[in-house]
Amino acid sequence: MDITRRRLLVLMPAAAVAWKYVLAGTPEASPNYKLTDHWWGMLLDITKCIGCGSCVRACAEENDVPDGYYRTWVERYHVEDWKIERPVVESPDGGKHGYLHEAAEGGKNFFVPKLCNHCVESPCTQVCPVGATFITPDGVVLVDKTYCLGCRYCIQACPYGCRSLNPKTNTAEKCSLCYHRITKGLTTACCEVCPTGARQLADLKNPKDPIHEFLRTHSVQVLKPYMATGAKVFYNGMDGSVR
Amino acid sequence: MKRFKDTEHLIRLAAVMAIAVVAFVVLRAALVPRSFGEYGHYRGAAIAETASRPVAFAGHQTCEACHTDVVDVKKQGKHVVVACEACHGALATHAEDPGSVQPKKLDTAVVCARCHEANSAKPSGFPQVVTADHSGGLACDSCHQPHRPKIETETEGKK
Repeated sequence: MDITRRRLLVLMPAAAVAWKYVLAGTPEASPNYKLTDHWWGMLLDITKCIGCGSCVRACAEENDVPDGYYRTWVERYHVEDWKIERPVVESPDGGKHGYLHEAAEGGKNFFVPKLCNHCVESPCTQVCPVGATFITPDGVVLVDKTYCLGCRYCIQACPYGCRSLNPKTNTAEKCSLCYHRITKGLTTACCEVCPTGARQLADLKNPKDPIHEFLRTHSVQVLKPYMATGAKVFYNGMDGSVR
Repeated sequence: MKRFKDTEHLIRLAAVMAIAVVAFVVLRAALVPRSFGEYGHYRGAAIAETASRPVAFAGHQTCEACHTDVVDVKKQGKHVVVACEACHGALATHAEDPGSVQPKKLDTAVVCARCHEANSAKPSGFPQVVTADHSGGLACDSCHQPHRPKIETETEGKK
């Protein structure tokens, strides 16, 4: 068949559509990973956190998070005596460089690492108008960058301030619980580098996961339980002033 | 009795409607990704796309496969629980090609202080020093061996 100018003009869009379908094919990341076998969460032990900022640096490096943006960060609380409703909270550079300066005197001081709570009833997912944010069958809240419009509804909806708008892609930016790692059998970057074990990735569907024993034997909280978000990041030893 | 005089109008209208419906169905099938709705109101393929990103941190199991000598030293001290990349940084590239990618030499004055600089917000049981008073500006590794930080006196007898 001769390719005339007319035929080429007809063929090109057809080829483009066909190629789009080829590209849409599902990439096979980890063939042995079954979505329905897991239900991910995390355990944060405030009694162990030393505020070194290793998690913040590791997260930025692992996930290519731009400077000044944080998928996880460490806050330092200062609570004076009975004033638990007025804590003084600081987080210079998200605690990325550790806390080398001393905390304020006259009260108690402690560190609180924060990240996406991967809520079961996640408010950010509920407000997304285009289905760009979703909860995977294994309980991780992810963003589909190719669908995100950058409308910022989710950033307003998150009660924990865990979302931002990536300035390079103009799409919603958030913790993916290192989904590319946990599906390969690795732990998250933050849990990997945490020197004191203050962060522990937890598979709530795995009966052998040590999280179950820990939850049975400790007083554990989630952030803002009154919001009924179904947060899956559990805090041990958390003071009532933390919000 | 004939109910409508100009049935042709209705047929034309129906034809236009039918074309519109067909066009909608065809366009929708073409534009909505095939995996949309596979698990919920989102593009199912996005899960695998997120999962297929490369890792930056190799994980301590990977490091330990080769650096068994360091593992043996670490076992003798408290730093056994600290993963390699907590101090040395992300080194998946080194694990893939150990020859060409070499980890950077660390500045112990910076690395050690991040964890061990005294701070009242840290758990009281955690070993802390005011670095300025403790070492007088000397680098930490001039006395301590980072993989086994405790300094043993000769009487305690260790090599």
